Amino acid sequence: MLGIALKMLFRDRAKYAMLVCGLAFCSLLMCQQTSVFCGLMMWTTAAVRNIGAPVWVVDAKVEQANEVIPMRQIEVERVRGVPGVAWAVPLFIGMEQARLADGSFQNVQLTGLDTGTLTGRPMDMRAGRIEDLRLPNAVVVDQVAVEKFRRKGIKIALGTTFEINDKEARVVGICHVSRSFFGQPYIYTTFDRAMEYTRPTRKQLGYVLAGPVAGVTDAELAARISRLPGLRAIARDDLFWITIRWYIKNTGIPISFGTVVILGIIVGIAIAGQTFYLFVHDNLRFLAAFKAMGARMPTLAAMVLLQAFSVGFIGYGIGVGLATWFGHVVLAKEQPPFFMPWQVPAFVAAVVVFICSFSALIGLIKVARLEPAVVFR
Amino acid sequence: MSNLAIHVRDVVKSFPAGDTRTYALKGATLDAKFGELLMIVGPSGCGKTTLLSVICGTLKCDDGRIEVFDHDLRIMKDGAITRFRCENVGFIFQQFNLIPTLTAVENVSVPLILNGVSTREAERRAGDVLDAVGIGDKRRSYPSQLSGGQQQRVAIARALVHEPRMIICDEPTASLDAATGQKTLELIKSSAMHPDRCVIVVSHDNRIYHFADRIAEMEDGRVTGIFNDPKNYNH
Repeated sequence: MLGIALKMLFRDRAKYAMLVCGLAFCSLLMCQQTSVFCGLMMWTTAAVRNIGAPVWVVDAKVEQANEVIPMRQIEVERVRGVPGVAWAVPLFIGMEQARLADGSFQNVQLTGLDTGTLTGRPMDMRAGRIEDLRLPNAVVVDQVAVEKFRRKGIKIALGTTFEINDKEARVVGICHVSRSFFGQPYIYTTFDRAMEYTRPTRKQLGYVLAGPVAGVTDAELAARISRLPGLRAIARDDLFWITIRWYIKNTGIPISFGTVVILGIIVGIAIAGQTFYLFVHDNLRFLAAFKAMGARMPTLAAMVLLQAFSVGFIGYGIGVGLATWFGHVVLAKEQPPFFMPWQVPAFVAAVVVFICSFSALIGLIKVARLEPAVVFR
Repeated sequence: MSNLAIHVRDVVKSFPAGDTRTYALKGATLDAKFGELLMIVGPSGCGKTTLLSVICGTLKCDDGRIEVFDHDLRIMKDGAITRFRCENVGFIFQQFNLIPTLTAVENVSVPLILNGVSTREAERRAGDVLDAVGIGDKRRSYPSQLSGGQQQRVAIARALVHEPRMIICDEPTASLDAATGQKTLELIKSSAMHPDRCVIVVSHDNRIYHFADRIAEMEDGRVTGIFNDPKNYNH
């Protein structure tokens, strides 16, 4: 009878299309919006992921990775003095203005890497060598800089020059890194040169990056460093989640995306539930005939469940497929943000299962109450 | 095996109607034999269809005795009655009740599939029965592509395909014109009649009464008369 159930479903093309479209739209909405939300959250942790150091040391009042409260440079030495620290280097990250050849300005995220080790260097160099950062006035720009400068009519290539705070910066490399939350280009240089590019202040050290000796975990090391007065050390994975939690808690982003996801669920329940109810309702006379002919309730329940979950499976497949295609297209342009971990399709699948179960339940209640004798009325 | 297929005694059936109950059957008594076509006739609302529903087990009666093929339907559990219907009863409905999204052969195969026959075998046997009722060439047609008479033939094939011992026909000619109605009854008479089977037809179409072997006349929830010579039945 399951084959009969599927034929009844697939050949009722109008309702079948309506059901599949409803569930596909609902899946697409939930999957796409949740993935964009995840992508946005990933952007907030771009610095953590791009730099990749095991332990980040910041001012004790810092709440998340993108918040910079400058520290004294002596803090690097204090961190190096903590037992279990294998290495510790300074890192500068700050917003500066680059002046382009045509006189226009572009805000950039200036990143100063430790001059000796270049710890935190971009891993994906598309042109040039990162070691050339040690050359005079050398900077490495990311793909966002290339794109943003191109929009202003300036083609960035090796050797291109621009100014940061009236000081020349010469491009010696082009890298590809994760975009920042604010969408500003990353400009890499050495820590010492970053100090030259920025206006001098008493405190200029943004972060101290540290690594543990063998046998000490990142979390243990972070705990030890955090005992130093005025400093807070956070292991990379912890900083990643602390930053995401901060944005979830302190911005309207989750509410905005959550509203759309909830709308998707409501639309799914409304369209799929109502259409499936109509589908079952229209077939009640025939289900009653099956009942009269000797179909038992478990058989009819299996038929209704199979119909509900078939449209759910197909709608889910189309919806998640479209969301994936959307992601594939936007990832090429890197805008809008998109990140689909396995939890997103799993979450959408769970919601679709709920919608299908709800729809099937409504139909099953009708079928269960059905008197086979109605076929004679 | 007794020649009596159905034994109904003093059957009462009521339905709730607000604070009171409406009695559709008020002590109906009836017997049906194997190998006969018994027609239950009477005015609208006299309880014909209710009696038919009680006989085939789609309704439970409130009181009285009802034995079908020596099974006491009153004491049987719902599951057992469902299985009993599945194996022993073929239905021909007034509105045909053919599934519009299934082809003729798929519609006819349903009772076999419900009895555990594989889909392929069920469709093969359904095709044979459609051939037997004269519309084998329409086996891949959907009900909407068939005339009323052809749809009723499909319904007859569906009622016969699993070789049940009882065929229940509820107003089989009500949706058909006079000529098609006659042909339908001819077909039921020629293809459904069998010494081990009884056919019960509920109708108030007096143009088909002559097809019956016996007529049970009902009025006000009771069987008021049994007529063994339908050709001379004056209603």
